[in-house]
Amino acid sequence: MTGDRGTAEAVELGCPACREVVYPGEEFCEACGQRLDPHSGSAPVRLRRCTGCAATTIDADGYCEHCGLRQPADRDHVEVELPDGAAAGVSDRGLRYSRNEDALAIAPWRGGVAVVVCDGVGSSPRPEDASEAAAETAVASLVAALDDGTDAESAMRTAIARAGDAVAALAGSPNEAPSCTLVATVVAPGAVTVGWVGDSRAYWLAASAGGSRRLTDDDSWAAAMVAEGALTEAEAEAHPNAHVITAWLGADAEDIAPHVRTHPVEGPGAVVVCSDGLWNYLPEPEQLTDVLTAASGAPPQAVPPLEAAGLLVRHALDAGGRDNVTVAVVPVPQAPAAQDAPCANSSVPPTTEQPR
Amino acid sequence: MSDQPQFTVKVDQNKYLPVGGREVHAIVSVESSGGARAGGAAAEAAEVIIIDTSGSMSYPDSKLQAAIEAAQVAVDTLRDGVHFAVIAGSNDAKLVYPGGPPLVRADAATRRKARVALARLQAGGGTAIGSWLRLADELFDAHQDGIRHAILLTDGMNQHETPDQLDAVLQRCSGRFVCDCRGVGTNWEVAELRKIASALLGSVDIVADPADLVADFQAMTEAAMGKAVADVMLRVWTPKTAAVKFVKQVMPSVEDLTGRRVEAAPQAGDYPIGAWGAESRDYHVCVEVPPAAVGTELRAAWIKLVLPGTADRAEQVLATGNVLAQWTDDEAQSTKINPRVAHYTGQAELAQAIQEGLAAREAGDLDTATARLARAVRLADEAGNDAITSMLRKVVDVVDPATGTVRLRKNVDKADVMSLDTRSTKTVRTRRGEG
Ligand SMILES: [Zn+2]
Ligand SMILES: [Zn+2]
Repeated sequence: MTGDRGTAEAVELGCPACREVVYPGEEFCEACGQRLDPHSGSAPVRLRRCTGCAATTIDADGYCEHCGLRQPADRDHVEVELPDGAAAGVSDRGLRYSRNEDALAIAPWRGGVAVVVCDGVGSSPRPEDASEAAAETAVASLVAALDDGTDAESAMRTAIARAGDAVAALAGSPNEAPSCTLVATVVAPGAVTVGWVGDSRAYWLAASAGGSRRLTDDDSWAAAMVAEGALTEAEAEAHPNAHVITAWLGADAEDIAPHVRTHPVEGPGAVVVCSDGLWNYLPEPEQLTDVLTAASGAPPQAVPPLEAAGLLVRHALDAGGRDNVTVAVVPVPQAPAAQDAPCANSSVPPTTEQPR
Repeated sequence: MSDQPQFTVKVDQNKYLPVGGREVHAIVSVESSGGARAGGAAAEAAEVIIIDTSGSMSYPDSKLQAAIEAAQVAVDTLRDGVHFAVIAGSNDAKLVYPGGPPLVRADAATRRKARVALARLQAGGGTAIGSWLRLADELFDAHQDGIRHAILLTDGMNQHETPDQLDAVLQRCSGRFVCDCRGVGTNWEVAELRKIASALLGSVDIVADPADLVADFQAMTEAAMGKAVADVMLRVWTPKTAAVKFVKQVMPSVEDLTGRRVEAAPQAGDYPIGAWGAESRDYHVCVEVPPAAVGTELRAAWIKLVLPGTADRAEQVLATGNVLAQWTDDEAQSTKINPRVAHYTGQAELAQAIQEGLAAREAGDLDTATARLARAVRLADEAGNDAITSMLRKVVDVVDPATGTVRLRKNVDKADVMSLDTRSTKTVRTRRGEG
């Protein structure tokens, strides 16, 4: 799996009138006689083929006019990959919901990779707009600040605040407030900085046994009950309220208090960032490693990230796909001996958390 | 182009199918919001009134008198400019007014002449309904671009031609005009008149008391004058691998349209739904699709309301709607039956139970009659169809509403049996106390 994504699939051109395949240089459609003039309204159009029957008759509503299959919407299944396998992610609608309300953004910065995963809150209006605005805003803010030399934790707080503003701006009124969760990670040599609001998660999967761990703590009713000592983890998870989140981004959120932490990481290993559509099925880091190793025969960091993200998404779908599922994977190689891109936050203390 | 009414198509369904599920049901509501008359020119229309003048119409004589008065009121209800004629039917058909083809335009003078001609009618001879319809069809010939509507009144059975002769005429007339049928008295046959009305996309009803004819004819003519577009088609597209199982009108009455399909385009068939004014009707569409993987979403049917093209007008799509299918392994989703699908499925079964029950009663099979009518009592109650419930109670005594036990009544008025039979297909849109 390489970086030349998007070009593997040849562009097929078709007649603008009857959608029959046409070839470069043809002046008229062989099927219907339509004149094909690239300089006017009768230029050949890019053909879309049905994912079910390969017919080229996809209507404006997104249904195949031959077999009726609804074509995947842009966000139904999204794959993102950075060049040279630096990071990749997959987001999928799942099997139960009619649209994908998760959003995924991955971008390189000069010292590593920034990843953001957001999960729209289903009970709010237009949750898919909230998650998209939050993910796009946060990743752009992170990359700008990090490239400017800002330290990762400051960049993280600013990015989450801006994402919160962007989501709040979508609201018509406090009663009509789109909202979402957010988890962001900045992967730099030797350290991973995570920031989150809500119950989307990040994990560190270590190559060595016992080194794996979860990097986030959910803002959820279940986590709060466990933290208070009121319930055991098993009791809390079994409760109907378990997945009610206690913090989110949106105009109706109280003061947003993101958690920001930096974890030193000793490669090799991989960072996994995901929505609850994955971790509902695979809550423990060791389970994530097992799925990757069982399917690929390789340790987590050795599985190409797009393949790794795809395997984990596939697992969630095979297990029922009850929710939208989004997974990003950032492989972290053996700590390089000589890293010539000095990192702005290489001297951050091991683990800090400063609400606000 | 004259301004047409606005049409909307609304689809009500549960799109979720269980793993392996293949039957998709939907209620398609078509609504037309008048508007044609406001300021714009009224649609071209032709109206033919057919009254039975066979000998039996003079037993008692008040029957013919009532029919004449009703036809006169219908003529008076025609708006100016509508092309019309009045036919008297017995062993054959005679033009009462005008004296010969073609149809004449309604105005004060022609309406008066028609009234006078009607007043001179005498009863005599037999009943050959096919010949009456054939004459109406010839008269409508020159008016195929506009609204074509007929009213047919009879008091007897079609005794003076063979069923094959009638069927041949119905086949010829189907799609050429809409015909509302009325049976006066109790000596006509419900199934026969229902067949005629059904073939000609019209209603059928009983007017047991001749005194009620005037009001009924007036209402029918007013409704006909309210039509703004003729020959509307319900076009149903289905995926290559799917098939339409049935298309039924379910509101205002149950009418199976499945056999009326005319192939219209690749993977699409047209079901004729007649002329429309400001009104709404519901259709139950059932499509069979090949099962697909959980999560797959399909357009199981694409409903288009189509006005077919004519010599000087291109085909028009008036409104569209999607019937969807999506497979899920969540039984909470897939087992939920759409309430409107259930409501109309029950009423279609109700019509069938009544017709079967009455047929068994007629044939002397009292066990079957009791069982079917007991089922009908329960279905009418479930649907909240109070009109049918009260008609049923004139034919059966409900012994125990809880268990649905009924007993056939003795000494039932024939008019009550015929009313129940004739109106068995009439549906209600919602249950009591809903919407
Ligand atoms: Zn062509
Ligand atoms: Zn297809």
